[in-house]
Amino acid sequence: MEDSDSVAVARVRSGDGDAYRVLVDRHSRSVFRLAYRMTGNEQDSEDVVQETFLRAYKQLHRWEARSSFGTWLYRIAANYSLDLMRRRKRHGEVTMNDSGPDDDALEMAQALPSADAGPERLLFSNRVQACVTGALNELSQQERTAFVLRHFEGQSIEEISVALGLSGNAAKHSIFRAVQKLRRALEPLVNTQS
Amino acid sequence: MNNVNEKHLNEEQFVLYYYGEDASGIQESVAEHLGECESCRTAYQTLQRVLNSVDSLPVPERGAEYESDVWGAVERRLPRRGKSFLSRWFATGWKPISAAAAMALVVIAAFLAGRGAGRGSLPLIMHKPAAQIANSGAENGAVRERVLLVAVGDHLERSQTVLVELANAGAPKNGSLDISYEQRAAEDLLESNRLYRQTAVSTGDESTRAMLEELEMVLLEIAHSPSAVSEKQLDELRKQIEDRGIIFKVKVFGKQVEQREAAPSNGNSGSSL
Repeated sequence: MEDSDSVAVARVRSGDGDAYRVLVDRHSRSVFRLAYRMTGNEQDSEDVVQETFLRAYKQLHRWEARSSFGTWLYRIAANYSLDLMRRRKRHGEVTMNDSGPDDDALEMAQALPSADAGPERLLFSNRVQACVTGALNELSQQERTAFVLRHFEGQSIEEISVALGLSGNAAKHSIFRAVQKLRRALEPLVNTQS
Repeated sequence: MNNVNEKHLNEEQFVLYYYGEDASGIQESVAEHLGECESCRTAYQTLQRVLNSVDSLPVPERGAEYESDVWGAVERRLPRRGKSFLSRWFATGWKPISAAAAMALVVIAAFLAGRGAGRGSLPLIMHKPAAQIANSGAENGAVRERVLLVAVGDHLERSQTVLVELANAGAPKNGSLDISYEQRAAEDLLESNRLYRQTAVSTGDESTRAMLEELEMVLLEIAHSPSAVSEKQLDELRKQIEDRGIIFKVKVFGKQVEQREAAPSNGNSGSSL
């Protein structure tokens, strides 16, 4: 896969602009998933996808074949998402679902027998998802970015620190704080489930 | 990570273990401890369940034509082919940043005019009817400060992007690395930086002045570097950035600006940016 990415990049670099389509086809869905997990907003995620591919195209001379093209692309997407969220916050716009951890989901979890199945369980599962969304929205932008890169993208703390321009300790503590907040919000729910 | 087997594990150790981070051989020692300590095992299982539940976060599905749609949108915005990457980028990508520098001038001129001349010369960039603005001197000051805070916040964010790009640039290939992008960005940022610094001087805001002065020295270094740098030159630039701790300072300062933007206005224009 990475070999194919290298070939496509080499073709673009040598002037074959259409070869860039191969890279867009291959990575656009995963960039969208990353962007959505970071922004929690579909429209913003589409903006991140397009901007990521435009920025990557303009900086393609910087990519080194020994590193993964996907990881490099996610780095651009993560930084752009972070900038976007900061700009939104600065200008007082609200983008993510602004709810906190879902108290109703917690009540429902306490009311349901753990082995229950069927519509109620499905409803409960939806509420858990809402609760996770709310808990993620409680994180700071940096915590959320670091956590998403670690948890969903499987990047190491060292890779995250490089991607976000943080020290290793700062990246690590962003993840610790994120996990701590998530645990506080979700632990009552998962304990009831178990 | 010392004595990991003698006392209970903490949450940080759980997190590193869960994600397979192998700091100081933590995987082996934590696994061993979990095998022996029921209390830690229970705590870790709870954390596992919490983190596993995060995987349920839904992501909207994209349609079958998604890739084609993205390509269509991206292709329309790609620079025209046939020119070099950089010439295309300079032809398109720099306009917004240059406009930002011009905007900085407008914001500062408005800010200073508003402070110095009182009600008669309020900034025009505030999206309010002039009569409404003229009715409240305190509100004018607060609005002026807010406009300036937003502008300085954006300026710091752009500066940070350039510094981080340079600090993280890979090793030069074929003996040199093209940093003309950062160089042009630094040149442009220098203009706005000088204006903001002069504003800080005129308003007596010493901490802002000092931070912008330091940032200016680094931007100056970058702007005056050759557009293609050798490994040694790149290392020197990085050293400048690291020695001054400028990325950290810009981040901290940017955060303070952000907090002040977020703070409810008290109608006082204040004495600092």
